[in-house]
Amino acid sequence: MSQSAAVSGRSVGIDIEGLVKRFGTVKAVDGVSLAVEPGEFLALLGPSGSGKTTILMAIAGFEYPDEGRIRVGGEDVTWVPPSRRNLGMVFQKYTLFPHMSVLENIAFPLKMRGVNRAEREERARAALATVRLDGYGERKPSQLSGGQQQRVAIARAIVYKPRVLLMDEPLSALDKNLREEMQIETKHLQREIGVTVVFVTHDQTEALTMADRVAVLDQGRLQQIGSPHDLYEAPRTAFVAGFIGETNFCEGRARGAAAAGQRIGVTLDGGHAVEATAVEATVEGASVKIAIRPERLSVADPASGIAARVEEAIYAGNATTLLLTLPSGQPIRLRVPAGGAHASPTVGEMVGLSWRAEDARAFGDVA
Amino acid sequence: MSARPARWLLGGRHYSEVASLALAAPFLILAFVTFILPLGSLLHESLFLPTPTLAHYERALTEPVYLRVMLRTLRIAALVTILTLLLAWPLAWLMARSGGLKLAILVASVLLPLWTSVLVRTYAWMVLLQKNGVINQFLIGAGITGEPLRLLYTEGAVVLAMSHVLLPFMVLPIFSALRGIPDDYSRAAQMLGASEWATFREVIFPLSLPGVTSGCLMVFLLALGFFVTPALIGGPQQMMIATLVSQQVREMLDWSFAGALVGVLLAFVLLIAILFKRAVRLDRFVGSA
Repeated sequence: MSQSAAVSGRSVGIDIEGLVKRFGTVKAVDGVSLAVEPGEFLALLGPSGSGKTTILMAIAGFEYPDEGRIRVGGEDVTWVPPSRRNLGMVFQKYTLFPHMSVLENIAFPLKMRGVNRAEREERARAALATVRLDGYGERKPSQLSGGQQQRVAIARAIVYKPRVLLMDEPLSALDKNLREEMQIETKHLQREIGVTVVFVTHDQTEALTMADRVAVLDQGRLQQIGSPHDLYEAPRTAFVAGFIGETNFCEGRARGAAAAGQRIGVTLDGGHAVEATAVEATVEGASVKIAIRPERLSVADPASGIAARVEEAIYAGNATTLLLTLPSGQPIRLRVPAGGAHASPTVGEMVGLSWRAEDARAFGDVA
Repeated sequence: MSARPARWLLGGRHYSEVASLALAAPFLILAFVTFILPLGSLLHESLFLPTPTLAHYERALTEPVYLRVMLRTLRIAALVTILTLLLAWPLAWLMARSGGLKLAILVASVLLPLWTSVLVRTYAWMVLLQKNGVINQFLIGAGITGEPLRLLYTEGAVVLAMSHVLLPFMVLPIFSALRGIPDDYSRAAQMLGASEWATFREVIFPLSLPGVTSGCLMVFLLALGFFVTPALIGGPQQMMIATLVSQQVREMLDWSFAGALVGVLLAFVLLIAILFKRAVRLDRFVGSA
């Protein structure tokens, strides 16, 4: 604890207001506004080209926005160069200077701030201890493993007590096991020193594991910002429903009108009448898209529910995933947890699918 | 039981001694016949003809006139190295930051002179520098000087012309070192609070050092043995060691003394090469927290 005290400083929030960034005619970021709370761990999640890295680069100061403002701790930094923002950043790779030792790397930001030699050595050693790499100070970065190098990069980014720590897919170069270990470790470290973190990733599992809140981006627009639970349970757009976790989509038409949050009857394209919860106000006859999670689907005999054929059953220990097809040919995934009362259907069998109306979300069919 | 499968030349990355020798043989034979043999015979002549003696070496290292030539050779080579480094680093940096057509033009402007004969480029400098040359005509025409200046046959002229000729050997290794530095290093440095100058001083320049040292080594060693340019631009007043060797062979027919001069030059070149290698290796351990 005393070691982490050496690198913890006051944390501040970030306000992004109407951010627009164009590259040529392409809007990489298209009017994004969001607020990061002091001490919060926020993940920017999206596929490549969603604008998440551009937003991070704008916060860092490597991209100046075409429109909008960025405030860090209330101070407008939109036009301040990166070296004066006093933010920490961990990059994907190539960040440790190869000609300096580990300790020299960590002491570098202190040297740039005119801290005297004795103090910077002491603080660098404390930061090294925070990331549990005591005794590695004299090595060259090339003598460390990938995970150790990223830990050193984190130590270097927090040693000067930056107001905010930015992370640009810092774990994506690591192999799977190490990545999962580093996710937990980074999360612990963040909680220990209390620094505000903005973390860019395209990996939804990583975002859900680490972040207090996740901002989902697509094509330069903010789709939804909320806790992992909110995003999974109550996605506000079909994109979020499809991007976070696994989802089945069924298309159909509204049988009646419904306000947002109300129950709505839908006739599926196959002719079946089902029920779902309307995400937004929907008029009668509107075309809608129903999203339903694989684990919220249940199977019964083919007489009740939507008829489907079992194509494949994939056993994975804690659950069995069934790959089904509807008569229309549309594939459906269904997950049955292990130890359930009913036996799993066999391949080739016909089953009836059903769900509870509150588990199915009906989106207006925009795309 | 598990007999090692025979591996022909294109089979793998590690060759047997026989295969390695076979691949290197054509070059080794050529190098032996055209380089090792004549050099050996010249050095032999300097030490053993007519009888075993160090007299030629003593003469080369003690007579002031020859010492002056050697010191001048060292000084010119050092100045050329410094000048090319100052010219080459910014150019190499620009090249490393460029792409497409801009890079193609820059690379061509560095390489084209390399593909032109040294003799042609040296004569071009003579046209520029001579008494009624382009530069003097301009200076007189502009009223800056009344009399033509003595530009040719000066040490400055030799340094300038040699720097021009040797510039590509400095630019290319620095360019390739800079090209290999990912952008993220300078981004990381700025993020950590380094100004642009500090980023250059602490990160970019140190990372370019392997290119800088090999460029310096190459230019310095080439400059030490340079013949055409100093002979034509410097004339007899600015004689360098290669010209002196040629004079001993062609005019004095003193092969033994020429051999001694070559021996001294060779010893010096080896010494410098070793020192440079040391410096480069040491460089990895320099730097403070």
